[in-house]
Amino acid sequence: MKIGVVTFPGSLDDRDAARAVRAVGAEAVSLWHGDADLRGVDAVVLPGGFSYGDYLRCGAIARFAPVMDALVPAAQGGLPVIGICNGFQVLCESHLLPGALIRNDHRKFNCVDQRLVVENNQTAWTSGFEPGQEITIVLKNGEGGFVADETTLDRLEGEGRVVFRYAGDNPNGSYRAIAGVTNERGNIVGLMPHPEHCIEEGYGPSTDGLTFFTSVLKAMASA
Amino acid sequence: MTALDPSTSATHHLDTVTQAAQTPEVEQPWAELGLKPDEYANIREIVGRRPTSAELAMYSVMWSEHCSYKSSKVHFALWGENTTDQMREKLLVGIGENAGVVDIGDGWAVTFKVESHNHPSYVEPYQGAATGVGGIVRDIMSMGARPIAVMDPLRFGNLNHPDTQRILPGVVAGVGGYGNCLGLPNIGGEVVFDDCYQGNPLVNALCVGAMRVEDIHLAKASGVGNKVVLFGAKTGGDGIGGVSVLASETFDEGGPTKRPAVQVGDPFAEKVLIECCLDLYAAGVVDGIQDLGGAGLSCATSELASNGDGGMRVELDRVPLRDASLRPEEILMSESQERMMAVVEPGKLAEFMAITDRWDVEATVLGEVTDGDHLVITWHGEVIVDVPPRSVAHEGPTYHRPLDRPAYLDALQDNGTGSLGRPVDGDGLKSDLLTLLASPNLCDKSWVTDQYDRYVLGNTALAMPDDAGVVRVDEETGRGVAVSTDCNGRFAKLDPYTGAQLALAESYRNVATAGATPLAVTDCLNFGSPEDPGVMWQFREAVKGVAEGCKALGIPVTGGNVSFYNQTGDVAIHPTPVIGVLGVMDDVARRTPSGWKKPGQVVYLLGTTRDELDGGEWAHVLHGHLGGRPPAVDLAAEQLLGEILVNASRDGLVDAAHDLSDGGLAIALAESTMRYGVGARIWLDAVCERDGIDAFTALFSESTARAVVAVPRSEEVRFTDMCTARGQVHARIGVVDDQTDGLDVQGQFAVSLEAMRESHTGTLPAVFGR
Repeated sequence: MKIGVVTFPGSLDDRDAARAVRAVGAEAVSLWHGDADLRGVDAVVLPGGFSYGDYLRCGAIARFAPVMDALVPAAQGGLPVIGICNGFQVLCESHLLPGALIRNDHRKFNCVDQRLVVENNQTAWTSGFEPGQEITIVLKNGEGGFVADETTLDRLEGEGRVVFRYAGDNPNGSYRAIAGVTNERGNIVGLMPHPEHCIEEGYGPSTDGLTFFTSVLKAMASA
Repeated sequence: MTALDPSTSATHHLDTVTQAAQTPEVEQPWAELGLKPDEYANIREIVGRRPTSAELAMYSVMWSEHCSYKSSKVHFALWGENTTDQMREKLLVGIGENAGVVDIGDGWAVTFKVESHNHPSYVEPYQGAATGVGGIVRDIMSMGARPIAVMDPLRFGNLNHPDTQRILPGVVAGVGGYGNCLGLPNIGGEVVFDDCYQGNPLVNALCVGAMRVEDIHLAKASGVGNKVVLFGAKTGGDGIGGVSVLASETFDEGGPTKRPAVQVGDPFAEKVLIECCLDLYAAGVVDGIQDLGGAGLSCATSELASNGDGGMRVELDRVPLRDASLRPEEILMSESQERMMAVVEPGKLAEFMAITDRWDVEATVLGEVTDGDHLVITWHGEVIVDVPPRSVAHEGPTYHRPLDRPAYLDALQDNGTGSLGRPVDGDGLKSDLLTLLASPNLCDKSWVTDQYDRYVLGNTALAMPDDAGVVRVDEETGRGVAVSTDCNGRFAKLDPYTGAQLALAESYRNVATAGATPLAVTDCLNFGSPEDPGVMWQFREAVKGVAEGCKALGIPVTGGNVSFYNQTGDVAIHPTPVIGVLGVMDDVARRTPSGWKKPGQVVYLLGTTRDELDGGEWAHVLHGHLGGRPPAVDLAAEQLLGEILVNASRDGLVDAAHDLSDGGLAIALAESTMRYGVGARIWLDAVCERDGIDAFTALFSESTARAVVAVPRSEEVRFTDMCTARGQVHARIGVVDDQTDGLDVQGQFAVSLEAMRESHTGTLPAVFGR
């Protein structure tokens, strides 16, 4: 099983994502932003960071990277893709996922051990969770406020496409406390928290992040 | 006249070496550039004529206090005199390079250094703090290492002063904005408030990097014909300080004159530069490397040449510019960020350029290493600098500034805390504890630290609020390092020699508390004006204290930084020698956290408590008092305690450990309780009886060489046997108990978890908002 990890200039958590891929026994394949080539991978991680410095708008420039020319149609065709933090922002800018991420309502970068409720365990990346399960995942960003218009929010809720919701106090002003969403097909998931930082005992607040990667292995095996 | 064509206008005004030789009488603005009459005369003697304006600019900035250490370097002999062969064993690169490097075993080398960015951060908090992080990270990169963590010791004026509310949020956002975007975990540091920093906050930045021993790189230009390559960001007019004097004198009316003296950072450019440099190192195409920081190209060219064979020729007009109107003097001085200079063999240049291209990093060959012994810089073919590089980089002036023990010191030291009113019952002790927990220096700092990414890179095993930051270096074995920075400026004010050793002792203890064996020291010596004999005496005492302390502990100083002129008018800050200690662990998974988790763990107090409240937090917070003598230093006791803590960690004898320092035992117990919300029953009678003290002293004294540990019941006998065998003073003072809400100090008071947390967490949000 090969899982690609994209490196844009300014990507920060690409090495962590590759470590998480290896932790579940899959092969991590490095994908370069400048190459429109997915190198035959079975799934893709768009990692966290500040692609192209997040100048202009988070994810707005990364959307036009050559690698996205290959990734967008593949994702539309069902390739499992997860966008973490900056990767989520890139997915929204690419219109693979609805909504947008804006500056946190308190206008500060915020790094916390965040509790989340799993709302949807029917996606390629969450099948190993129980519905309603509470997990702890690192949240760290300056622009993590999920926003969308009311119609879109109602549709997301109605179709069960809200994958994660923040438990406890809303950490960034996200509408309806939404932490992560998926597409209609459930193969593309975007979330602000960082599962790749929660895969090893002693190096993060939990190991709940492993389930994301074991889930996608199962999805890839049954695909 | 605005848009000048650079080549013609510059040539028109160009002060060449030929012209300088022909016009010895020209008046030069050396005084405005901060040079003294004898320094200017010395420059004329070195170059054998009057300097060109470009040479004058280079000398003025390289001979500044910041770059030349002219007031401090006579005291640096103390480092060498106090470094034994045993201390040199693990030292791969010592003082004088961009950063020191130590051997941590298994073929790994670690480099670390702390630097100041105090004055820029006061003028422009965000950019000052941001570029402070950027600068220290480039120092670490230029040793050949991948940066793996940062820490920021920060000191501000009174929390409730309006100017603190201007500076602190900007500094914190700048540290976070830059460091987070670089992808470096921020794993610790300090946030301290004291009125003495009101007009002069201290923004220090530390970076740690790791590499294989064989990958160490040095800043030297050797090998005739090797290319000198500038790469990274374009050069702009930012960060030009005194040189604007030259610019405004030589420019025509209407041209750009005074340029902003604070640099502007672009962390994205630096992140790309890090990855690009690491690829360049891996490809083996870099012969010598130097970052561009203070004094920009002046520093990089003269230091590279001076450390090498001496000869270098640079075509300054090749430097890519953001602002085409920059004068050659300004280009030499510009402190534009995110730039590096490499020395590359001609045969490897194509591969070098292919790697910089891949990262979209602009790289330009400026010149080459020559067989002469002069640094020659040209501007469109005309020679504007022709100097021996050592005279610029390493042979600046040396001052033997007068020293004088301040007259106020006797009265200050005689005014101890003995006369201050102390709480007389349990209610009073509880009230003082809650007041201290809410006080600016002891309160919860997560308003600050939550703005830093502590998880990126996935190797962070411990970070704030624990005693030290711990990161894994080797993913296979878990080998890693622990780092802490500490300083109590009030102690140093009362007695700078002892205060500096207390900073060293605390940092050493913090690293050991986390379970790591202390290995090396870096220091950032923040002081007032060296022209004040009292300050210079403080400085000498502090350096002596650190050097002799390091010798006693057997760990070398590997590098650091001196920051003078931290004062407002005639009033200097407290002497603030910030000490960073780095320790090594075979496997960081075994690091010791500070919080209690499991009911039934037995709480032991290690070390002896004396009545030592002078200069401590209790006197500062409850009485606004500073006087007396700081706690006694006992470095042999620190070493023993360190060994006990490290062995206990390695053998699994402790589940948690917390260093005792600011606020004493009371604060350590409260913090260990609040960390995971698990309470404890505590009894002090045995300690009071053994040490001849009362409960107040037991709780709030700041005696050194102490720690509290939580021992699993199953290991209690082994632990106490080890302490007894080694002669470590220890006392059983309590038990972790989830049935106790907070702390129950038997016979004195009980305080709930909620009461402690409410006091502890409310302070910073009340001032700065959510």
